[in-house]
Parts: sequence; C-alpha cells; structure tokens
Amino acid sequence: MNRRQRWNRTERPPIVIMALGVVGVMFLALPIIGLLIRTPWSDLGSLLADDVVLDALQISLVASVAATLISFCIGVPIAFLLARTDFRGKSLVRALVLLPIVLPPVVGGAALLFALGRRGVVGGPLYDATGIVLPFSIWGVIVAVTFVAMPFVVITVEAGLRSIDGRYEGAAESLGAGRWTVLRRVTIPLIMPSLASGLALTWARAFGEFGATLTFAGNVQGRTQTMPLAVFVALESNRNAAIAMSLVMVAVSLAVLVLLRDRWWGVS
Amino acid sequence: MHRARPTATATGVARVAVVLALCAAIVAGCSTNKETSTLLVSVAASLEPAFQEIASDFETQVPGVVVDINSGGSNSLAAQIIEGAPVDVFASANSEAMEDVLYWHAATGPVQTFALNSVVIAVPPGNPASVSGLEDFGNENLFIGLCLPAVPCGSYARESLASAGVVASVDTEEPNVRSLTLKIESGEIDAGIVYTSDVVAAAGSVDSILIPDEHNVDVRYPIAVVSADESGVAAAFVAFVMSDDGREILASFGFELP
Repeated sequence: MNRRQRWNRTERPPIVIMALGVVGVMFLALPIIGLLIRTPWSDLGSLLADDVVLDALQISLVASVAATLISFCIGVPIAFLLARTDFRGKSLVRALVLLPIVLPPVVGGAALLFALGRRGVVGGPLYDATGIVLPFSIWGVIVAVTFVAMPFVVITVEAGLRSIDGRYEGAAESLGAGRWTVLRRVTIPLIMPSLASGLALTWARAFGEFGATLTFAGNVQGRTQTMPLAVFVALESNRNAAIAMSLVMVAVSLAVLVLLRDRWWGVS
Repeated sequence: MHRARPTATATGVARVAVVLALCAAIVAGCSTNKETSTLLVSVAASLEPAFQEIASDFETQVPGVVVDINSGGSNSLAAQIIEGAPVDVFASANSEAMEDVLYWHAATGPVQTFALNSVVIAVPPGNPASVSGLEDFGNENLFIGLCLPAVPCGSYARESLASAGVVASVDTEEPNVRSLTLKIESGEIDAGIVYTSDVVAAAGSVDSILIPDEHNVDVRYPIAVVSADESGVAAAFVAFVMSDDGREILASFGFELP
C-alpha cells in the first residue's frame, strides 16, 4: 500500500473505530463459536460419511461451480455494458441486477417457478416442445442458485471496470492493438482482482443458497438436495448431523474465500 | 496529529460513550412501550391461517396484548423452544414435538387437544394429470410431492400411503405443507398429500381427492403454555383457542373439533 493513509498501520486507530470494530467482529464470530461449541467432535467422521452428506456436497459443488461459470459467461458482459456503454433504461437494468440480492430468495424461487416451471410463461412452452422440466432436477438447482448469485460478479466487475485508468487501453489501441487484443491483454488483466473476487463471492453465495433452490427446484436427496437443504432437513430430524454439515459448509466457504483472497487480492 | 494526541483520546472516549448510548437508545426504543405486552405463539404451519384470525380476535377482546404468530414445521418450532426462544404458547401438529418440549423444557399449563385433522390428496385445479387415488403416487411419470418424513404432514402422508400399500415415487420433499401447497397450486406437482384443512384454506386454488377412512390418519393438535406466564395472558390465549369463539374459527378453516 503506497497510498497515503490517515493513520499509520502500526499506530493505533481512533478508539471509536477500534471499539465498534471489535463489537462488529464479535458479532460475526459468535455464531461460528456457537456452532463449534455444539459440534459433536467424536462422532464427526461417522456423521459426515453419511450418504445424505456426500450426495448433498456433490450437488452443491456441481451447482455452485456451474453457477459461477454461467455468471462469468452472461454476468461479466452485463458489467461491461453497465460500465462502458450508455443506453436507455440503464438504471432499470442496474436495478434488475441488484434485485436478486435484496429480494428474499423464496420470492426469487417462486418467481422462477412462475416463469420457468412446467406451467410457467417460458417453462410451459419449453415443456410442451421438448419435455424438459427444470424444477426437481439439478438444472433447476443451477438456475436457482445462478439467479441469486450472479449479481455479485456483475457489481464487482462493473466497479472494477470503472476504477481502471482508461489511458492504458487507449495506449494499447494507439499502438495498433485490436479490440479483442486490448480486452484480452489489457482490460481483463487490469480487472483481474475484481473479477476474481466477484467470482469467489458468486460461488460462495451459490454454495450457500437455500430459499430459491427449495422453492424452485424442490428437495430430494441425491437429485436436488444441496448442503443448505440437507442441513435444514437434518435440523428437523438429526441435530448433530445438521451441525456437522454446517461445519463443513463453514470450512469449505472459509477455505475458498481465504485462499482466493491471498491468491488474487494480493494481500500478504 | 501527535501534538493533539491526549485530547484526541479523551474525546475519543467521549465519542464511544455517545455512540454506544445512541445504539442502546435505539435498541431500548423498540421495547419500552409499557402499555402493551407481546405474546409469542408458535404454531404448526398448517395452523397458521386459523391462528392469524384467532390472534386478531384475541387482540380485540384483550386490549393491550399483541399476539405474534411464529409458524413453521412443528419439530423446528420445538427445537426453537428447547433452545430458549421466548415462546409463550406452542400449538403443534403432532404429539411428538409437544412431548419433546415437555421433556426438555417445562410447560406450565396442561397439554390440551384443541383440533383434529385428516389428510387428503391435493391436485392442481382441474386435476390435469387425472389422479384418482393413492395408487397414483407410485406412478413414476407423475410429479409427486410430499412433506419431509421428519415433519408431521410428511409422516402422516407416509402412514397413509403405507396403509394403502403404495410406495411413492417422490419428486420433492417439502419442509412444510405451505411450500408443498404452493407447488401444487402452480401445477408443478401433479399430486401431493396435505391436510384436509389446507384444501379448505387454499379455497379453490387446489382440488382435492378424498382418502378413504381405512387409509386415513387421525391428526390431533396439542396446545400448551410453555413460558412462565406470570401475567396469565398465555393461559387466557389457550382458553380463547378452546372457547366457542376459537372453535368456530378453527372449524371455518376446515379443522374438525375434539
């Protein structure tokens, strides 16, 4: 960090900031501590070796990775449109992008059902023409988690695009680089940190998605039951299994967020 | 900055105090209205519409009391109470969840049965898949939904299917009867098993097919006060549910009465 700072890193920050920051950190850490205290450590292995857990973990990983790839393919272009072009209805598009973040996921899931379900506006004709039914399949899970998680990569990449210095791209162009070369060799490397953090957030949100998945894709073990759904189901029947699975979710999510942070954000 | 340091720390402390006081005031502001007392009532998802009406009638009869209805699967409601949720009254859709609460957490009032129910096959309006009875639940070409085995509506449904000798080919296991009903209403599920009262509550947005008595189940709803209830308001609420007024509302929502 070579930008000038208001207080030095080695110096104490203002006491207000410090006190409120500590309260904030405690607030975030407390539930995790609660989880750790309740964890049945001695039974952890047998609880996690269960078919329900392995099936759910597999579905969660497949769906969240697929959602991240789809978000990269269709979410990043939205970010480019929002950051680089002017068009009518742009503020509407931006609101639309933010909507899945602020909507209760259950509402998103119900809306998806009405649009893409077997009797939905688009899902109905799709079913009549091809026999494809999105709900109650892994495809439904992917659609649901992508809907909820994609906004994160759009807003992060848009912010990244806005913050880069346009002169680098201008210089590349003036040296004869074509649009794709500029994009590939200049723009994308420059936005790499925001792209990576956006994709990591998208993945993490998809991995933890619950409400839209349940509402749109339903819940059957080995077919549509993701980790969050399995945790929810186990809370009704087998508390220790629910805690063990929650621990796996915390561990996997933390591992990915911390590793990606070190790798891409360049924080040592 | 260094020159001003001692003063900066002093004003810093003052600022912390001000900010903390503000935070405290905001938190306190939400709960210092002395005139009203709030009753938290946890009810099984199938009871929710009836209890909303019971609650608003009770609020009119007993001024100064606000009744909050917390609805969900009976077992998760029981878990919330056992974990210390400040619930005053618990109305469950099965006796197991109530027994769990009684075992882990003292109830102060007696447990009373206040409503009865049965199960029924629910299909989308017009029954597009021409479902005729429990035997259709084994058809793999239909989209079949049930509640989770761990929640009452799911265990009752499986009890009913087992007694008819049907192995269901299930496409979704829903956490509660409301989310199952949504999928039936929207036509995504061809058939599901719900409470008779749900079909009444859904009023025309789903059609129903009766399950004969020999394959049906006896659903009994227990209710009890589960807080210290020093003011007696919780006991009054239970009494209201058991009264003629309460029974009339329950009957209008399709429940049978004990």
